[in-house]
Amino acid sequence: MESLTNRKKVLESKPLNFLERAYLPAIAQGLAITMKHFFKKPVTISYPEEKREYSENFRGLHSLKRDENGKERCTACGLCALSCPAEAITMIAAERQKGEEHLYREEKYAAVYEINMLRCIFCGLCEEACPKEAIYLDGPHVESDYLRKDFIYGKDKLVEAPLNQ
Amino acid sequence: MGLADIVIKLVLIVIIFLISLVIAMYSTYAERKIAAFFQDRIGPNRAGPWGILQPLADGGKMFLKEEIIPTNASPFLFIAGPSLAILTACIGSAVIPWGQTVTMGGHTFDLQVTDINVGILYIFGVVSLGVYGVMIGGWASNNKYSLLGAIRAASQNISYEISMGLSIIALLMVTGTLSLKEIAAMQHGWHWNVLYQPVGFILFIVCAFAETNRTPFDLPECETELVGGYHTEYSSMKLGFYLFAEYINMFISSAVMATLYWGGYNYPGMDWVLAHTGPTIGPLIGTAVLFAKIFLFIFFFMWVRWTIPRFRYDQLMDLGWKVLIPLAIANIIVTGLWITFF
Repeated sequence: MESLTNRKKVLESKPLNFLERAYLPAIAQGLAITMKHFFKKPVTISYPEEKREYSENFRGLHSLKRDENGKERCTACGLCALSCPAEAITMIAAERQKGEEHLYREEKYAAVYEINMLRCIFCGLCEEACPKEAIYLDGPHVESDYLRKDFIYGKDKLVEAPLNQ
Repeated sequence: MGLADIVIKLVLIVIIFLISLVIAMYSTYAERKIAAFFQDRIGPNRAGPWGILQPLADGGKMFLKEEIIPTNASPFLFIAGPSLAILTACIGSAVIPWGQTVTMGGHTFDLQVTDINVGILYIFGVVSLGVYGVMIGGWASNNKYSLLGAIRAASQNISYEISMGLSIIALLMVTGTLSLKEIAAMQHGWHWNVLYQPVGFILFIVCAFAETNRTPFDLPECETELVGGYHTEYSSMKLGFYLFAEYINMFISSAVMATLYWGGYNYPGMDWVLAHTGPTIGPLIGTAVLFAKIFLFIFFFMWVRWTIPRFRYDQLMDLGWKVLIPLAIANIIVTGLWITFF
């Protein structure tokens, strides 16, 4: 029957001719292809010595940011923890005392801030939820470790290094 | 035969044995490295510079692995299998002429362990014994995959030995001798046998692939169907022996091919080099050339391995019985006619 679209392509399978059945020309062709690859540059990246560059929008380890005066931006509002679909973030808020103004920008701050890196799915929703621009997923990937408890990162690992140091 | 001759022969035997083992060791490294290059990778590069200590690390690992003999295996035959495999692999090198006559310190000797006048038949005998290592090991494992692998190996080797023998008969008609030393000497000055027997050489190399159980004929150890084939139950250095035997076989069959078809230790401009370097260094250059040819063949073995997929078993048998044997017989007839009329 005539096809309506006229796009049908009839494939014919011809019996192999003598050279094709002899198999040796095909082998020679294959050998030529592999030989071409023999002289190609390897695509391997020797990992610990060489590192592949992260893409620009790579979402890696979280970092808790400081403002231009070196004060922690986080105000422990808990929106990041609320937005987190993996329930990876937890924190304990504390009130800023007198004399700590140079440490914390707002009157409330996170005394404890923990992210469980085994739960985190690096979706970036905490980053989007943060009203203070305090958390960004701009680090490298998470290092391997031996114990589960060592994957719960506290403020010691998350907060950016202080300015002028 | 004086004492000096015996000592020389013993030294030669030890040297050839050591060379076989070292080449087998480094073939494993070369295989991995070449495979990597063919697949745009780097390959082993951690143990030593460029990974050249990798074979030592692998060997050490093999020795440290637990040695398991299955409960229902036949212990004597289980150990005899790999021993036989590596024994037959090693004794094949005895008749190969590694070079011309060397004069060193007043002594004149051949770089050949023994020049028996039926050298080719000896090699055939050794090759056909090689099947027993695989068969006995596979049978003694008391494992269905091992047994299937062993059966495949046996039937494959026996089938391809026929066409290998037939391809050699055509060569013997051209050379008129069975002694490998004479065949090598005869090819002096571009009278390489591959020029007279191109079809015979192709038949021989295809059969050599089958005899050494290399891809595309590596059905005895076909992982997808048979787990590990005949060495499924083997571990530790007994497995190492099987793997070693495969690489030594590859080395020996490369040496046989280079000797029978590609001029052995002969190379163009040989007389000139020989006249200028003297009777000690000159023949050794020929030996180096022979080894270069052998390494090219080993490279070819690996090159083919990383190019062609494995045959199906019926295709393998089809090729052996319906293509190679008639072709070998036709080759004999054509060679006979050629000798008669020209």
